[in-house]
Amino acid sequence: MTYQRRTKDQLAALVAKDIFDGATVNLGIGMPTLVANHLPAGREVVLHSENGILGIGPAPANGNEDFDLINAGKQAVTLLSGGAFFHHADSFAMMRGGHLDICVLGAFQVSATGDLANWHTGDPDAVPAVGGAMDLAVGAKQAWVMMDLLDKRGNSKIVERCSYPLTAAACVKRIYTDFATFECAPEGLILRDKVEGLELGELEDLLALRQRGLYSLEP
Amino acid sequence: MIDKVIDDAVQALARVKDGATVLIGGFGGAGVPNELIDALIAQGAKDLTMVSNNAGSSEIGLAALLKAGRVRKVICSFPRQADSYVFDELYRGRKVELELVPQGNLAERLRAAGAGIGAFFTRTGFGTELARGKEIREIDGQGYVLEFPIHGDLALVKAEKGDRWGNLTYRKAARNFGPVMATAATLTVASVHEILELGELDPEHVITPSVFVDHIVKIARVPIAPSGSRKDAAKP
Repeated sequence: MTYQRRTKDQLAALVAKDIFDGATVNLGIGMPTLVANHLPAGREVVLHSENGILGIGPAPANGNEDFDLINAGKQAVTLLSGGAFFHHADSFAMMRGGHLDICVLGAFQVSATGDLANWHTGDPDAVPAVGGAMDLAVGAKQAWVMMDLLDKRGNSKIVERCSYPLTAAACVKRIYTDFATFECAPEGLILRDKVEGLELGELEDLLALRQRGLYSLEP
Repeated sequence: MIDKVIDDAVQALARVKDGATVLIGGFGGAGVPNELIDALIAQGAKDLTMVSNNAGSSEIGLAALLKAGRVRKVICSFPRQADSYVFDELYRGRKVELELVPQGNLAERLRAAGAGIGAFFTRTGFGTELARGKEIREIDGQGYVLEFPIHGDLALVKAEKGDRWGNLTYRKAARNFGPVMATAATLTVASVHEILELGELDPEHVITPSVFVDHIVKIARVPIAPSGSRKDAAKP
């Protein structure tokens, strides 16, 4: 049987569907930013940006950009009615003090038990940059990862143990990928759902974890 | 009479010495006090430790200070940007030292400096290489890392409006590190686009109260370019 991997937009829609009404959410740079475009109508979600914004609205029309009003990826954004600006110490108090319900992050690697590596490949020639990743990973009530399951070489980014430098240990609760969605637990990975037509055995081959026979939440 | 308004930004920086730690506001291109950085370049202090969220892009602002060879060490959270080639080259050539700090630790270390806090324990960075060599403690079953304040000899802050006492307001997300850095330095210099009479700033809306500010300099408003934008964040 054949299967179709989820597109980035399908993945974003899947994440968005799980964000509850009234949630305060931080969307990381890159793919997670797409989630904002898929929040279900009628659900009020407050988007936080580390540079001091609550209540981010849609992207401005071309020509209406105000570069004093940007998100963490330095893209121009808008502010919803009810939104607020605040300084960095307040913004990171929100992040570090457990005031954000959900953060959605990209990742280089995630371990089956929820260790996250998303800031540095450790390559000595790479300029390292951490930004707010470590604060979000430990501080948000729930950290979700959204990523392609496989890297460019076809290796699983869900690993037994992260080989890249850690962002934080045992912090990821859920991993949304183009093949399947997982929960991270101290005892290992739990399969939440997978794309239609993908056999469990095929998925386990892709993951190449010691743990076979994934416990599944799927009916 | 108190009058913190000064016409010449270079004169406001007269006391800055070689080896100073300089806190510079901004996030990407928003809130970077480019005109004050230009004044610091003209003033001539060198061997500086530059504390800012980023490390500049293209050749303006932070990048101009780096390019002028005035910076010995950079303390920041996110030096890598699409057009951060000035920093990248200095870093790879080992011509500038980098202390990479998680952004929340950067903000809190500055806040601690401004609030007279000797050090604090934080969960951020625990168990990572950015906590290597640092004191750790278990509190209620959770690992914490001891972090120390970052005091500035100078803070350069971009604000929106001010008055002669030094009260400041900011504009949108250009506020970012400004109010925190203003509290954390021996000498705080702010640029503003408008200087108002005392009482014209609504006291309920003052963001940085006058006590934290030493000089304010009026600058012309120039359009903020999307400098610091990432290539992959380009708008469609």
